[in-house]
Amino acid sequence: MSSAASDVPHFPVLRAGKEYSSLDRVELTSHRDGSVVASVSQANAGLVRRDMRKLDQNAQRLRAMPMAERIERCREAARIFLEDELPIGEGATQTADDYVAQLSSTSGLPHVMVRANMEKCAFVLAEMTTILRGLMRGMDPGVLDQGFGDHDGVPVWYTPSARALGAVLPSNSPGVHSLWIPSIALGVPLALKPGREEPWTPMRIARAMMAAGFPAEAFSLYPTDHEGAGTLLECCDRSLLFGDARVAEKYAGDPRIEIHGPGRSKVLVGDDVADDWEQFMDVYVDSVARNGGRSCINASAIYIPRHGEALAEALAERLARIEPRPHDDPDAQIAAFANPAFADMMSGAIDAGIEQGGARDVTMAARGGSARRAELGCSVYLRPTVVRCDSMEHPLANTEYMFPFTSVVEVPQERMLEVMGPSLVVSALTRDSGFLQSLTTSPLISRLNVGPVPTSKVEWDQPHEGNLFEFLHERRALQRAAGW
Amino acid sequence: MTAVSNDRIEAAQAALDAHVRDIIAHHFSPETGTPVWLDYARSAGWDPREEVRSFSDLIERFDNFDGERLRTDAHEMWIPRAYAGRPFTIFETGGSTGMPKQRIGWDDYKLDYEEFSELLDDEAFPPGGYWLMVGPTGPRRLRLAIEHLANHRGSSCYFVDLDPRWVKKLISSGQGDQAKAYMRHVVDQALSILKHRKVDALFTTPRLLEALGDEISIPDAGIKGVFCGGTEMDPQNVRFLCEEILEGQVGFVPTYGNTLMGLACHKKGFENENYSITYYAPQPRAVLRVTDPEDSRKLVDHGEWGRVELTTLTHEFFLPRFLERDAAKRIAPCEDFAWDGVAEVKPYAKNEEKIVEGVY
Repeated sequence: MSSAASDVPHFPVLRAGKEYSSLDRVELTSHRDGSVVASVSQANAGLVRRDMRKLDQNAQRLRAMPMAERIERCREAARIFLEDELPIGEGATQTADDYVAQLSSTSGLPHVMVRANMEKCAFVLAEMTTILRGLMRGMDPGVLDQGFGDHDGVPVWYTPSARALGAVLPSNSPGVHSLWIPSIALGVPLALKPGREEPWTPMRIARAMMAAGFPAEAFSLYPTDHEGAGTLLECCDRSLLFGDARVAEKYAGDPRIEIHGPGRSKVLVGDDVADDWEQFMDVYVDSVARNGGRSCINASAIYIPRHGEALAEALAERLARIEPRPHDDPDAQIAAFANPAFADMMSGAIDAGIEQGGARDVTMAARGGSARRAELGCSVYLRPTVVRCDSMEHPLANTEYMFPFTSVVEVPQERMLEVMGPSLVVSALTRDSGFLQSLTTSPLISRLNVGPVPTSKVEWDQPHEGNLFEFLHERRALQRAAGW
Repeated sequence: MTAVSNDRIEAAQAALDAHVRDIIAHHFSPETGTPVWLDYARSAGWDPREEVRSFSDLIERFDNFDGERLRTDAHEMWIPRAYAGRPFTIFETGGSTGMPKQRIGWDDYKLDYEEFSELLDDEAFPPGGYWLMVGPTGPRRLRLAIEHLANHRGSSCYFVDLDPRWVKKLISSGQGDQAKAYMRHVVDQALSILKHRKVDALFTTPRLLEALGDEISIPDAGIKGVFCGGTEMDPQNVRFLCEEILEGQVGFVPTYGNTLMGLACHKKGFENENYSITYYAPQPRAVLRVTDPEDSRKLVDHGEWGRVELTTLTHEFFLPRFLERDAAKRIAPCEDFAWDGVAEVKPYAKNEEKIVEGVY
């Protein structure tokens, strides 16, 4: 790939499917050699606001296509997304292999992980019937064509709550884009702000869906700044917002916005199985390290009533085997940092936590003393890290970082719920019905895995962080006289 | 870029040097001079009348002017003896909070805007038509200047005020919703005027223009020309305003100015230069230099970014080498203006670091 900006693909803004080339552009560089890989047109906030005036007509175009056809076209889009050469913009095209290589170069994810995430997105497209069944609890999705219908013998009426689904997206892992895909099947156009380093996946999915026959008007992509993102959230009736704790707090309580903040997912080991902790090593490893530890569904803490020391050391020993490998190595298990400053910042925060006492890095010894920070070529990695914390109050006991990182803390079972705070995914290793009951009734957990299921395992018939169907459609009362 | 002959550049330079001598003589002579500058010459121990014979001498001999003095000096210190006894107008700078910087004046704003009027297109700003200003009025020079400009063209002007200091307070105290509500209030008042009165020309800020354009079609409302100033306008935003808010049908005149300088005109034809706007100071009455952030006596090269420095040279007001809080690109002289211009003005931040966006 050449380093001259004019030779690299340019991402236009997509304004209801129409390409718009901005005078304000951001360049994306490869983490491996700093070369320019793409330029991305930036939308000004006013432009985003202006486009939002046409949301009604875009939605009408999409909804003119019946549900059955939308589901079928999603299936076709899955194949196109995985296989076809697709436009990026202004004549530039991209094969599937290009996509993998390009996204890898700007995100730091090894090819094997990009492909795994690509499969996730394709699965959601291909299996839209399954996804919708899960979201709509078995109701015939065709009900949305008319708005009214029947669900288990009860008349129902649903109206869309949004003319577009806005989304302020992250750059961490492309699998996250599987979350908004069903919106199109549900008849709600998209207005997406891609993550600064990740225009690749939203554009490729949008292009695949357009190629599969969806109206182009249903797809708007606005790479933009902070102000533009705020405008998008302000103008869309419903939005998904990915952000850190600070962003999450700013928009908390706005019912139009579904916030995806830090996951702080956890593995909880119950009293009843704590003495058998060694049987579940694969659960801990997968929970912490799958997908390079990049996702919000990766565990960042493991609670166990006893044997914390032994568990931490055994886990450290397993994770210490994971070493940085070249980006195209099929066995690569960790990702490089697109921005090495983040690696240094995170590693520094961990060291600062350890220095204040009450916690130690167990992986350091397991690695034979080699440093957490690693370099391979020009790329910077952080090696998996297990921190043994003496108490729940330690700042490292409930913190997540964007690489395989977990704390191991001894917590009495009866205190686990009290101290864990909001947790996106909890894998509960227990058969204790009382404990399970307290977990199933807890408002702190979005996804509960019971038994040896890693936090990182996703079943697609279950909602993820809120139910997109209910977010986008509201059930209203309907009473219809016979024959009317 | 249209070329301009060296002869014209040299002639403009010579005119500026002559003007510098005239202004220095005026402010530093006991008969007509200004107390501030007479004091300066006494304590500095040199006579600018002898030693400053050109603009480059001025740059050499004067340090950057400390703008804080405009908050603290008694106004009497700034009255040239030539103007003694004449009541003056007190103007304040834009959005500053706390004690504002103040400049006193008599006729400068009229002269500046009469000169500017010559550059306005009669089709976009029809003489005799009505004007509407939506923006900071209050104690600002701009308010009287716009009215004078309208009057000078045989027109009258409606006004809707925007208090930028209040907006600043609301935003800095986290009351974004209140700031929005206030902007809405301003826009509503403007819409009211536009609905009930015939308005031909508009003066406003880019943000307000955008907000107005979201509510109504500006060309359909009968507006033929928009004169815009006040905040930074990057090329993409200018293009968006011209193509979409003004629907490609309304004359757009961006300006760069403030209470201390007056106003700089844009170079025509920015639509063909990727909407990068270059401003030229009203030389010789004011001079803008794009300076090296490390040493403001040095200029940056053409095409490079630097910090904007203003020198104001009128009989009412002498302000040497005042560093603005703006950054800009230095641009070569052009057909219409035979001196350096400043382009893509934006707020100056000394340690400009790219903001690293969060990963999630």
